Amino acid sequence: MIPVGRRNLQGNHACAYAAIAAGCRFYAGYPITPSSEIAEKMSLELPRVQGVFVQMEDEIASMGAVIGASLGGVKAMTATSGPGFSLKQENLGYAAMVEVPCVIIDVMRGGPSTGMPTRPAQGDLMQARWGTHGDHPIVVVTPASVGEIYTETVRAFDLAERLRTPVIVLYDETVGHLVETVDVPDLSDVTSAQRKWASGPKETFLPYADPGDGVPEMVRPGDGYRCHTTGLTHGENGFPTQRPAEVEEMTRRLLGKLERHRDVIDRFETVRTGDAHIVVVAVGIAARAARRAVVEARAKGIAAGLFRPITLWPFPEAAFREVVAGADAVLVVEMNAGQLALEIERLVGRRGKVARLNRISGEPIGPDEILANIEELARHGHR
Amino acid sequence: MDTASANDFDIRDYLRVELLPHFMCPGCGHGIALRALLWAVHDLKLAKDRLAIVSGIGCSGRVGAYIDANTFHVTHGRPLAFATGLALARPDLEVIVITGDGDCLAIGGNHLIHACRRNLHLTCLMFNNEIYGMTGGQVSPTTADDRLTTTTPYGNAEPSFDACALAAAAGASFVGRGMTLQTVALKNLIRDAISHRGFSFVEVISDCTEIFGRKNDLGSSPEMILRQKGSMKPDTYGNVVDRPFRPNAVQTGVLARNDRPEYGDAYRAAVLGAAGAAVAG
Ligand SMILES: Cc1ncc(C[n+]2csc(CCOP(=O)(O)OP(=O)(O)O)c2C)c(N)n1
Ligand code: SF4
Ligand SMILES: [Mg+2]
Repeated sequence: MIPVGRRNLQGNHACAYAAIAAGCRFYAGYPITPSSEIAEKMSLELPRVQGVFVQMEDEIASMGAVIGASLGGVKAMTATSGPGFSLKQENLGYAAMVEVPCVIIDVMRGGPSTGMPTRPAQGDLMQARWGTHGDHPIVVVTPASVGEIYTETVRAFDLAERLRTPVIVLYDETVGHLVETVDVPDLSDVTSAQRKWASGPKETFLPYADPGDGVPEMVRPGDGYRCHTTGLTHGENGFPTQRPAEVEEMTRRLLGKLERHRDVIDRFETVRTGDAHIVVVAVGIAARAARRAVVEARAKGIAAGLFRPITLWPFPEAAFREVVAGADAVLVVEMNAGQLALEIERLVGRRGKVARLNRISGEPIGPDEILANIEELARHGHR
Repeated sequence: MDTASANDFDIRDYLRVELLPHFMCPGCGHGIALRALLWAVHDLKLAKDRLAIVSGIGCSGRVGAYIDANTFHVTHGRPLAFATGLALARPDLEVIVITGDGDCLAIGGNHLIHACRRNLHLTCLMFNNEIYGMTGGQVSPTTADDRLTTTTPYGNAEPSFDACALAAAAGASFVGRGMTLQTVALKNLIRDAISHRGFSFVEVISDCTEIFGRKNDLGSSPEMILRQKGSMKPDTYGNVVDRPFRPNAVQTGVLARNDRPEYGDAYRAAVLGAAGAAVAG
């Protein structure tokens, strides 16, 4: 049964409960550590709300089945980790292209390849953005606590439905397996958006026409619209096209769709960035250590702050630029060889110094180490 | 022969006629297979709004777009995976998969065997033209010995799959084979496959006239389709010619059939039932 009220929950379980609260009624997956608790919980809970759970033959099939269910009009999701996330990329691209709402959880473990199944890492930050081929829209959120896994999973369904896009919930093994106290809202208190269904005359309906906000209305089989859905580049009528003007228009709308909805997409947390000279940037469990380090640095008189993207992609650029405008050093802390740092360097440009703190040993980064790095920057004059 | 049905069947009632002319080469067998499918749909009086066509990538997969129904053209080899999600989420729809020999048996082979095993109510039509037509005629898992393709310039040394034997062994509860030569028999077979409750697999012997036919000097499209007769072994009369077009005489008609529980029904009865009882208790 879905717990309600103040509870101790594991991150992965919070994810499953949140999905059901958000209206998810279909799960297809393939077991992989450290994400399997999500599938196990879904197999138990979904039938209780008349939902369907299916364990598919692999991650490619899981992603296909999730998209198939969503095309049928049902909110759907899957969960995996690095090796499976790689296999999902093919059909993830299809979901982005035909604009199918769906949610994909990637609980990050050590990589590349089979890597370290039970060890935390943050090596999929760039894969989550660029894993599938071609230019494509994608939303990626990165919760840092069990409570936030709950709220961000609900928000992931919300964004997927409103923007007709796949949304990835990306967190590291540590957060996934953490047990923390969470206030679980009553199911009826959780609201998540529902996609816009096709409306208007059936004969003249154009399934990929822009209704004004860049997000076309979606057809539900059985409602009488009888449209075509294809991963081939298509025009407003849904049928394949190679006419340059039509291709350009469709691709521009697809790629520009998210920019038009930054107000609901962008989400971040700042800690004492107002007067910060040194801004630490981190996500997930690394950000929690960074928060502690920032507080300790302040106690030592160093003007440090934290910028934590909660929506990782598209990166909350506007807010970040504002935060770093007055800073003279940025420290990017991540459990990989330097991925987020690439984006931060791009945004900071030549205006400031970007330092990196990376961990690729399969362990989280502790506050002491981050503090030492902040102090080092401070010693070089970045107060 | 269903003459009554033939008389009132007008393929244009089931096509998106505004898309015509279609993309297929002259004489391509896939068009005949499409006609047989739509004729079967007509015979069964299936509502077009309730019909969902999920097709893969290939000349076979492109056929789906012409059908006036809910049509989904997905990724190469994955139509059964998409269809599984769609059919589980929407048991009220009649979901039919159109796939090719490469789509279904090579890249999609794993999905096929598990779809057969699961026995969800789906109909899978595999248009077998022994070749990767869409990509220009490379060898496929069903290409016969010695055949020339663009990637077997010295002849094919790989043995080919018997897709029906594979499907039956993997547990498909309805397995049949038909050919574009016999459209009425093919239509009836597809009709029975759709009516069957469970996973139905139908291999449709088709011809790639333009690429495979030319490459192997198999003559014009009428000659190619007549060769199908030489390789078939119908239940009714056992004429096997000396040198069949395909390596072995192939049997047509219904090849396997059983009434094992359909997966969606079984899931709803066992799992949803038990969970519902648990919620109530
Ligand atoms: C992942 C992927 N690999 C390869 C291709 C290229 N491709 C397109 S169709 C096709 C083969 C189609 O052969 P078949 O399924 O027999 O269909 P036919 O064209 O013969 O009807 C291939 C390899 C692709 N689209 N996607
Ligand atoms: S290439 Fe072959 S399979 Fe494709 S349409 Fe032409 S004849 Fe048919
Ligand atoms: Mg083929």
